[in-house]
Amino acid sequence: MIREFGIVLAHADKLASGLVNTVLLAGIGSALALVLGTLVAMALMARSPILRLSVQWLVDAMRCVPFLMLAYIVYYGLPSLGINFDNFTAGLAAIVIYNAAYMGEILRGAWSRLPPDYTQAALSFGFHGFTLYRRIILPPIMMAAAPVIGNQVIQVIKDTAFLMIIAVPELTHAASSIQSTYYVPFAAFCAAILLYWLLCMLVEWGVRLIENAAEGRR
Amino acid sequence: MNESNPMHQTPQELIHQDVIPQDLPVLRIHGISKSYGAHLVLDDISLQVMKGQTVCLLGPSGSGKSTLLRCVNWLEKPDHGQIYLNGQRVGMRGSGGIAMSASELAAMRGRIGMVFQHFNLWPHLTVLGNLIEAPVHVQKRPRAEVTAEAEALLERVGLIDKRDDYPAKLSGGQKQRVGIARALAIKPDLLLFDEPTSALDPELVGEVVAVMKVLAQQGMTMLVVTHEMGFAREAADEVILMDRGKVVEKAAPEVFFGAPKMERTRQFLQRYVGAA
Repeated sequence: MIREFGIVLAHADKLASGLVNTVLLAGIGSALALVLGTLVAMALMARSPILRLSVQWLVDAMRCVPFLMLAYIVYYGLPSLGINFDNFTAGLAAIVIYNAAYMGEILRGAWSRLPPDYTQAALSFGFHGFTLYRRIILPPIMMAAAPVIGNQVIQVIKDTAFLMIIAVPELTHAASSIQSTYYVPFAAFCAAILLYWLLCMLVEWGVRLIENAAEGRR
Repeated sequence: MNESNPMHQTPQELIHQDVIPQDLPVLRIHGISKSYGAHLVLDDISLQVMKGQTVCLLGPSGSGKSTLLRCVNWLEKPDHGQIYLNGQRVGMRGSGGIAMSASELAAMRGRIGMVFQHFNLWPHLTVLGNLIEAPVHVQKRPRAEVTAEAEALLERVGLIDKRDDYPAKLSGGQKQRVGIARALAIKPDLLLFDEPTSALDPELVGEVVAVMKVLAQQGMTMLVVTHEMGFAREAADEVILMDRGKVVEKAAPEVFFGAPKMERTRQFLQRYVGAA
């Protein structure tokens, strides 16, 4: 057993490069999903019923697609429409599209609980358009939604593991390649799980910081 | 300063000068009506507020006072009538017909400070942050200059030590004093107060009224919806009673409280001042 972990440790560089890709995928993916999700939430809160209902339909449809299927479609399906991504970009695109729907729904929930008083005050002080959203509406929504957004980021981290099936060299892919070369499955996968766990703890810790900051403002 | 005769200038030029002709009211409300469905909330209301004047709007709940106030900065759109701020039409372009764009309306609103019944301070910003938010991000003024002015305003309302606190940590009276300072920070032509003391515990009303009285004495132009008869009596230049969407009586405070002309005013005063 110790020998097996020794083998994994000897290939730590492979795990490390897998971890870097996982962090990049989850980090960039979550950030872009949050930005896109903000636009989705704005559409879900829009006055126009056509915009609201059509985006709501898209969001509901997206949430019913298994993530693995979406990754397959982006990587194997889109080229037949003439859209070609490399593995990493395809994986990232799948994460962003999939999670934008969730982020949009999360932000809409927090938004609908935001008292209209703050927006009203902002309007009366001359805020409008993008500045109104950026300065007055979004900050309290983001703070209120931080714990749920954090959960979603943890979900994203775990979902990146699926991307090994489209050959994205992320952490699970790295662990899998070590175990298949040296036949050390237990040690290789335990090492990967430990790293996933550390990543998620880091996210939890970040969320707690935001929650504490939000607590002071309640 | 422009040396030409002010009579030869367009109203557009006049409003951007520091000196506004004495006879031009800061706020002129002309024939405003508004209904929600079949319910007529405002019925042909006209009034004006001259520079430096404090006008108090009194009336029982549901008489349309707050709706009228919200029409002034177009948070509510009246069905009929016109509103002018320093001679410039609010909500409509030029002589009317075409609605202002969102940015034109925002620029207009940015010249009117508003103090809300429930304070409506932005919870994610500190006290100082609340004061400098609109001057920095709407008026695009330099942050250092705005911050210095905001600190001076906090001194004036006695809250400089709360500068870096979040609104959630303040008492109701303190929140409302921040609300007033926030409205002053945009250097408004006109201040609107929407029942500023109605949500406060009785023992906290005094500190807010005291700040408002000082503003009135210093010549701030204010339109105040209130139930504080003491404030109206002492600080107002004119008192207006509204009931069921109509102006019942408009008079100087001595006349209004001393010898009102209308029977409805006497009834109102008996009920509200008698109880207070």
